Amino acid sequence: MSEKIKSYPGFRIKTADLREGKVPFEAWRPRVRYAWSAGIAMSRFLEELKNGRIIATYCNKCGRIMVPPRVFCEQCFKPVDGWKYVKDTGTINTYSVSFIAGDASRIKEPIIVAVIDIDGASPGMGILHKIGEINWKEVKFGMKVKAVWKPPEERVGSITDIKYFKPIREETL
Amino acid sequence: MFGKKRVAIVGAGLTLFRRNLKETGKELAYEASKMALDAAGMELSDIQSVVMGTAPDAFDGVHMKGEYLADGAGARNKPYVRVYVGGGTGVFTPLAGWWHVASGQFDTCLVVCEEKMSSCFPHPAYAFTTIFDNILARPLGTTLIWIFALEMHRYMHKHNIKKEQIARVAVKNKRNALDHPCAQLAANITVEDVLNSEIMCWPVQRLDISPTSDGAAALVLASEDVAKKVTDNPVWIDGVGWCIDSTIWTNRDLYYPDYVEYAARMAYKMAGIKNPPKEIDLAEPYDPFDYKELHHMEGLLLCRKGEAPKLTEEGVTARDGDLPICPSGGLLGVGNPIAAAGAMKVCEVFWQLRGEAGKRQVPGDPRTGVAQAWGDLMQYGSVIVLRR
Repeated sequence: MSEKIKSYPGFRIKTADLREGKVPFEAWRPRVRYAWSAGIAMSRFLEELKNGRIIATYCNKCGRIMVPPRVFCEQCFKPVDGWKYVKDTGTINTYSVSFIAGDASRIKEPIIVAVIDIDGASPGMGILHKIGEINWKEVKFGMKVKAVWKPPEERVGSITDIKYFKPIREETL
Repeated sequence: MFGKKRVAIVGAGLTLFRRNLKETGKELAYEASKMALDAAGMELSDIQSVVMGTAPDAFDGVHMKGEYLADGAGARNKPYVRVYVGGGTGVFTPLAGWWHVASGQFDTCLVVCEEKMSSCFPHPAYAFTTIFDNILARPLGTTLIWIFALEMHRYMHKHNIKKEQIARVAVKNKRNALDHPCAQLAANITVEDVLNSEIMCWPVQRLDISPTSDGAAALVLASEDVAKKVTDNPVWIDGVGWCIDSTIWTNRDLYYPDYVEYAARMAYKMAGIKNPPKEIDLAEPYDPFDYKELHHMEGLLLCRKGEAPKLTEEGVTARDGDLPICPSGGLLGVGNPIAAAGAMKVCEVFWQLRGEAGKRQVPGDPRTGVAQAWGDLMQYGSVIVLRR
């Protein structure tokens, strides 16, 4: 703000007054739906999730095994060279613990969210998913985790066919 | 120097930033534009081109938002374009204005940034859900705050940074904003206040975050010939840079924003800056969250990786420190009407370099300043270097 300017425009109103109709307003609720074809790479990925497997693609030029899979390598800008199954285990690269929902409302049970670097893919190839079967205060960077799948009959070909990833405890190794 | 013509900023305008303003986006755009023109001593007829910056249409629920806002930006019957690069828009829009003039195509360009986030119910955060990958991320219920918390946590883990160190940024910026007449969340708070505030998405707490806001900002850009006619103290756009990384953000290490570094290097090369901490007198890095100021100081090469928290603790980044960072009060203090927030930073550097910043003026007669914004899926950096 320049000291040469003595007043600044803007008339503050209370958000509550707007929502309660105490100031002139107009409201509208969109009534649309979307359905997206999953595409070449993601369709195969989702079909494999339905089979209880995680699949990657690889590029022979840069040598990367990539999850999520793609049909072209964005670094080399060429078609990928093939498909490759990777493991349903991985390592927590980073995590956060959400106490709010998408609309910023508060939730009671926190959601643990993580980027999980998938075993069998190139280093740093992570996917976003949730972590379960652990108190959020006990989650650690570098923790080994494994996918917990929905039962086969409940899988629909979605990232949510994996319910969450759970820590691999030493006794289960 | 790239470009055919040297480009100056000759006027700036800003509205109040508030959670909810009665004015429409078009009215806010008008107010900021008119103030910028008045400050430059120019009429709309002196303006040859207009660039508008505004973030997702989903906030307003108004499609063709650029077109809707055109009248408020004085664009009727003029060459006009709206640009949009998410949160990076507010600094990118002046960059787009720069190439309008630097190319030699126009002698003047009015740059306007507007955002009205209050129209979206129940919370504008919900409009953000449409930015996520529709196949992989949205079915999980992904929110914006999840992913920023993931980035913040990775950054803390990599450099062993404590939350207390990061909280100092919120304390500093909200305090700086006490001297900003447009500020929405100026406050005298303590590190303990930040650490005791509600946990939103660990490690992000309420006072780590900037608010949602309505507001607008505008700048008048002019070629060297015009600038020297209308003002004795033009501020030159000496460096511009912008860069994007992949949207597949789970495949990169979030601890460091390479794309910000690339944008900064582009701008510094153009401005002839070889040693950024020594040659830059003040900076306005994008601070929608407190950790982002630190992250961006590092990306802007103002310090080594992981060193920004220490500089903040030592007071180096205070308004009277050796390298003042966000003397405006930043998004944390002044507010965060997305596109207008980035442009507010460019306004601040402009006023600081002209010595007009009043109570916010950084000492030492600053000559070179940098503003930066960041956006899309943690993947976009826009950088501008200003000199007087």
